Amino acid sequence: MSQRQVLQVFEQYQKARTQFVQMVAELATRPQNIETLQNAGVMSLLRPLLLDVVPTIQQTAALALGRLANYNDDLAEAVVKGNILPQLVYSLAEQNRFYKKAAAFVLRAVGKHSPQLAQAIVDCGALDTLVICLEDFDPGVKEAAAWALGYIARHNAELSQAVVDAGAIPLLVLCIQEPEIALKRVAASALSDIAKHSPELAQTVVDAGAIAHLAQMILNPDAKLKRQILSALSQIAKHSVDLAEMVVEAEIFPAVLTCLKDKDEYVKKNASTLIREIAKHTPELSQLIVNTGGVAAVIDCIGSCKGNIKLPGIMMLGYVAAHSENLAMAVIISKGVPQLSVCLSEEPEDHIKAAAAWALGQIGRHTPEHARAVAVTNTLPVLLSLYMSTESSEDLQMKSKKAIKNILQKCTYLPALEPFLYDAPPNILKYVVGQFSKVLPHDSKARRLFVTSGGLKRIQEIKAEPGSLLQEYINSINNCYPEEIVRYYSPGYSDILLQRVDSYQPFTN
Amino acid sequence: MATLARLQARSTTVAHQYYYRNSVVDVFRKKENDAAVKIQSWFRGCQVRAYIRYLHRVATIIQKQWRGYLGRQHYQLIVKLAYYTMKMNLYNAMAVREAEFRDYEASSVSAEIWGRATTKIQRRWRGYKIRKYCFNYFYLKEYLKAVSETNDAVRKALEEFAEMKEREEKKADLEREEKKRDYQARKMHYLLSTKQVPGIYNSPFRKDPDPWELRLQQAKPLTHRRPKVKTKHSVSLSSWLACTSARSFSRSGTLPPIDRKRCQGPFRDVAEVWEQRYKPLEPTLRVAEPMDGLNEARAQLQRQEWTRNVNDNMFLPFSSYHKNKKYIPTMHLSSKYGADAYGSQHFRDENPKKWICDKDFQTVLPSFDLFSKYGKLYSKAGQIV
Repeated sequence: MSQRQVLQVFEQYQKARTQFVQMVAELATRPQNIETLQNAGVMSLLRPLLLDVVPTIQQTAALALGRLANYNDDLAEAVVKGNILPQLVYSLAEQNRFYKKAAAFVLRAVGKHSPQLAQAIVDCGALDTLVICLEDFDPGVKEAAAWALGYIARHNAELSQAVVDAGAIPLLVLCIQEPEIALKRVAASALSDIAKHSPELAQTVVDAGAIAHLAQMILNPDAKLKRQILSALSQIAKHSVDLAEMVVEAEIFPAVLTCLKDKDEYVKKNASTLIREIAKHTPELSQLIVNTGGVAAVIDCIGSCKGNIKLPGIMMLGYVAAHSENLAMAVIISKGVPQLSVCLSEEPEDHIKAAAAWALGQIGRHTPEHARAVAVTNTLPVLLSLYMSTESSEDLQMKSKKAIKNILQKCTYLPALEPFLYDAPPNILKYVVGQFSKVLPHDSKARRLFVTSGGLKRIQEIKAEPGSLLQEYINSINNCYPEEIVRYYSPGYSDILLQRVDSYQPFTN
Repeated sequence: MATLARLQARSTTVAHQYYYRNSVVDVFRKKENDAAVKIQSWFRGCQVRAYIRYLHRVATIIQKQWRGYLGRQHYQLIVKLAYYTMKMNLYNAMAVREAEFRDYEASSVSAEIWGRATTKIQRRWRGYKIRKYCFNYFYLKEYLKAVSETNDAVRKALEEFAEMKEREEKKADLEREEKKRDYQARKMHYLLSTKQVPGIYNSPFRKDPDPWELRLQQAKPLTHRRPKVKTKHSVSLSSWLACTSARSFSRSGTLPPIDRKRCQGPFRDVAEVWEQRYKPLEPTLRVAEPMDGLNEARAQLQRQEWTRNVNDNMFLPFSSYHKNKKYIPTMHLSSKYGADAYGSQHFRDENPKKWICDKDFQTVLPSFDLFSKYGKLYSKAGQIV
């Protein structure tokens, strides 16, 4: 045996290993192959290859593992149970950048499925090495590490706290400032995932000076980056007034409004979410948004998109209108009500309808003027039909009922109220009749119109329990009219008249 | 006495003189008197007139005051009357409005007036307070107007922004498409029709050729892809001076057409001119060499010494036996002059007393352009026959 022949054996073995790992990594990209691979015991075969002497084989093995773990949580759990993680974490600190990338990918794939799996990663001490990877020279490694950290942090507050304790935030903020768009994107998304859980976590993100850098990039042309930036800002702003004010102070305001005109739907959605999160805190912040023309931009945005993208915008209008009557008036003069009523009647989804109904209720509940503005767009019948419809969800019914109540209690616009006399259920009829009883004693024209349009007749037909609120209202309406008219319109009066005719004895002589 | 006698003697002449002088003056007396009277009368007239003017002025002041006083009194009367009528009108109006509250009639008239006044004040005050602290309709109106104006402005700006974005995108799309089509045309350039054979886009049965035909006419055919030549990586001066390497002679590009006519005139050969023009930079020795070569060499030497760890402190024996003994260096080490290096030459006498001047020699190395450019220029200036 010559030396060459001996070496040939080793060479063949190495080639076979390489080929196997590459094939497995290739096969793992297709979902239909995964089950077969799993049944063939791919996990136990890949594990020793992670410790192979050849670096390329190690990397490819890690890549294959990551792809498998990405597929479902059973496989991810298998990775955890196979004690592969400590190995990965150990080599994450030691190996070259390709391996680091692959290992971070495996951690990300495992951690994304459930809090337990993410906790398992944290227990292996992966966070510290991932944070060290954030300081790496190669942007690809940074990206992979930031991604993994974001996926770990997104599950719950404890995991995010663990990520924060590992010191990731300052480095993530540095990553935002890097020139690579992909890295910026991933870092912003990780910050958003960290900030979303609690005010304290959001405060730590703010303390690292993230807001200024995030706010700078709102006008970036890259749509995906914009999505993440806006989402991060809204996750920061949603917790408290102070944080929202910090976000506003970064002078995001005219710039965010341009995002509402973006081509990308999610940019629009995240921008309106950000505005909503800011507006919901205080009347002052809402006022600021109104003064910069944000309400008009949001209303235009609602008009230009459909489906779930509308939802945050609709809620924002509701929040702004709920704060004070002046702000509600601002929403009305920005032509918000017609847009909302269009949403109410044309959206197929119940939860969006419910949000629109709620927003309309918030707009209309302040003064008769507001209620009138809502009523003239003919929304009340739509709300009523939504309330009465058996197809609409419970939440939608509740919301529309509340909205009807809120609006009716302030409405003095009688033409809009009149249809309600005929087709409203008793619990709503109460409010309608109440409004009539308040208006009619003071308005002679309305009194006349009420008789000629048959309202008075309808009032007489209502069966009310004596002593109830409804009866009181009816009585006060009846008091506005002469007795003959009331009697004339009350049911059964014709019979009484006929009886009198029957019993009348003409005076004959 | 003599004096008296002299005076007496002159007395007659004096009397004569006196008479004579008086008679001369009498002629003018009348005239002077008249003049004096005239002056006096003018002056007195002035005085009196001034006095009268003064009196008039004073009289006017008094009249003014008095008439003002009268006027004011009259005006007050009018105001009082007007106020009274206004008050009466108001009372009447109020009395009509409050006809039902007749029980107030019992109270005295003055109390009623005071009550009315207080209601008036209260009304004003309440209006003011509500406008200031609770709700100001006009302010709200103004505010809402401003909001709707900003809304319009924002809508317009956003519309413009969106339009601009769309236009940019469209333009980029068009450009991309145009580029693609251009490339396509360059690729398909062989389909262009020739004099003999019409191309596929130029059907003879159609009236007009296809637009592609025109595009093909304008397009430049793609050149053959040439295998990539690996550029040699070298660290010479000409490689980092980009200006020289980029324009170097005939490294790339197509060859000049073969059948080009020679230019008329006593011109040099084109190739020669080009070679001269684009020859790479050939720096002189002084420029090409680093200017701090000596220092660098020294530093290098020091580094080497440091790595070899040569100790330059004086060697001291470590045992305590020799502690008090002083180390006696060898003759070579203790010599003040030291040994000359091998092969060193002295261009100057070692004895300074024989020198002509006290200064050291200065090293001067002027560049010699003539030699460094010799034979590289086509001017024959430097050539020595």
